[in-house]
Amino acid sequence: MTWLIEPDNTAEKLMLMVVGVLLFAVIMGALLFLVDRPKRIPAWVVALAFAGPAVLLIAYGLIRPGIITIKNSFFDRRGNEFVALDNYVTAFTTPQFQQVLIITAVWVILVPAASTMIGLIYAVLVDRTRYERLAKSLVFVPLAISMVGASIIWKFVYEFRPDQPGVRQTGLLNQVLVWLGLQPQQFLINQPWNTGFLIVVMVWIQTGFAMTVLSAAIKAIPDDIIEAARLDGLHGAGMFRYITVPSIRPALVVVLTTIAIGTLKVFDVVRTMTGGQFGTDVVANEFYTQAFRQNNQGLASALAVVLFILVVPIIAYNVRQMRKTEEIR
Amino acid sequence: MTSTPTPGGVVATTPVEDRAAAQPRKLTRLEKRAIAAKGKLSSPWASFTAIIIAVLWTIPSVGLLVTSFRPEIDIRRSGWWTLIPGLFNGEAEFTADNYDQALYGSGTNLSSAFVNTFAITIPAVVMPITLALFAAYAFAWIEFRGRNVLFVSMFALQIVPLQVALIPLLSDYVRAGVAGSFWTVWLSHTIFGLPLAIFLLHNFMKDIPPSLVEAARVDGAGHVKIFFQVLLPLLVPAIAAFGIFQFLWVWNDLLVGLTFTGPAYRPITVAIAEMAGSRGGDWHVLTAGAFISFAVPLVVFIALQRYFVRGLLAGSVKG
Repeated sequence: MTWLIEPDNTAEKLMLMVVGVLLFAVIMGALLFLVDRPKRIPAWVVALAFAGPAVLLIAYGLIRPGIITIKNSFFDRRGNEFVALDNYVTAFTTPQFQQVLIITAVWVILVPAASTMIGLIYAVLVDRTRYERLAKSLVFVPLAISMVGASIIWKFVYEFRPDQPGVRQTGLLNQVLVWLGLQPQQFLINQPWNTGFLIVVMVWIQTGFAMTVLSAAIKAIPDDIIEAARLDGLHGAGMFRYITVPSIRPALVVVLTTIAIGTLKVFDVVRTMTGGQFGTDVVANEFYTQAFRQNNQGLASALAVVLFILVVPIIAYNVRQMRKTEEIR
Repeated sequence: MTSTPTPGGVVATTPVEDRAAAQPRKLTRLEKRAIAAKGKLSSPWASFTAIIIAVLWTIPSVGLLVTSFRPEIDIRRSGWWTLIPGLFNGEAEFTADNYDQALYGSGTNLSSAFVNTFAITIPAVVMPITLALFAAYAFAWIEFRGRNVLFVSMFALQIVPLQVALIPLLSDYVRAGVAGSFWTVWLSHTIFGLPLAIFLLHNFMKDIPPSLVEAARVDGAGHVKIFFQVLLPLLVPAIAAFGIFQFLWVWNDLLVGLTFTGPAYRPITVAIAEMAGSRGGDWHVLTAGAFISFAVPLVVFIALQRYFVRGLLAGSVKG
């Protein structure tokens, strides 16, 4: 029965997959069967059967590891010796890590701003035009593919060939430079602009999300408001500035924060395109390097905690917003 | 929440207007909007900007797709755009060799990674949805002490970075002797997907009229019966919405796969990321490999886009 842990070929892998799903179904079924039997059963037992498995898993796999990670961040690389705040001091004072923090900040500011702006402009431009559906799909599709895949797509666009006679550029962007009579560039190596070219990839992915949410918000603006503004002589840019943007402010906040959180945690793009070299490293990638390459558990934990602390204000804000909407209900 | 945009109404601008002109009557909201929108893109700058964005968002993928079908020697020699004249005089050469090599080549062997991704994804979608459906039901329709506190903490956990959980979970798995197997990946993906799943499905469940649940309760139905016979049929769109979310997330995930899978069970994203590192110049296998990894999510995404948009809006705007 080794295939239950170590399947060797496709058939065994697929069989294991079926076994996994069936086992899960049997466990859940048994649980429901048990609470469904007795006629008079206290509500909390039913609640436990329904919510218990999920709550337990989250407690085991998110909350407990979170606490352990916070604890580890105060210990040395192997987790044996208490080092107080040393890991945090390293993370915030070493030039190497300061650079990582700065690059991360650049990502978290530029990606949400650019994706939201482009997404909003595009949503307004294609709103209620004949080709709206097609136009939106084009920008939307990058959301479906992996960030690894998106990185490959753009790495190919940035591909560089040395500028010698007889050598033709195979990367589109360098070819454009050559057509314009400029020198081809090593987009992913030349600092500090290489970070910008990585950010383009993330913007390319996230714009579809921004566009979709904002487009729905724009469509929800009541007609009478638009009508009244039009009677007052507002058109085009004025309408955009004074009616559209203020009306969709809540959606804008949601889009900006969601993309900011996603950007903070992302490491796929950096890892695939530069591996964090050439001054493009970000916290999420450095976490991975420290945890699984350098085996520095303490420092990796500290970096994870830094990521966590950065999202805490957003969590607090979201919870407050949710409480508000619950009250309205 | 706004319902998803109805494309039919937008595309049908002209017939709607014709009809409105033929027989005067009170115009519907949609028709009014269609008329108001007429000539909205009249500014050439607006059209120009929209087209530029659309092209910028499309060209990179087109370039990769075209390249993946070119012979290796051509890929090394020239850019994919040089092929365009060849399309008209019939000199353009296409081949599926790159796909063959990416899937079955000795150094790449993406076919096995593809199977791994598949074996990882299906359970990692089914499990969190099921668990979250039950939990969402409890949070929505069963009164118990501490319900609100629990639900708010679930909600808050949605955006906690996975990074805080990785090292402790991995050491657990190592200690239990199951590290690297599919089981640990399923478990991890399930846990990481649960908070969002519970929140999304809870939102949809709350939108079901309480009278329906009350009526069933009066008829003597227990929680299990209410869940399966009253709520579940109404929740199909919600399940589809979160299902696509989780499917795309797991299929496209790099971090969890990289951390928890053993070398024999690495998913396709990990395999391709490794190829990009070790064989960065071999664009013939990289381009083909990338498209192999896109194929399934793209089909799912395009087929079920409606549900995906609904989930996106429910998950973000409502929060």
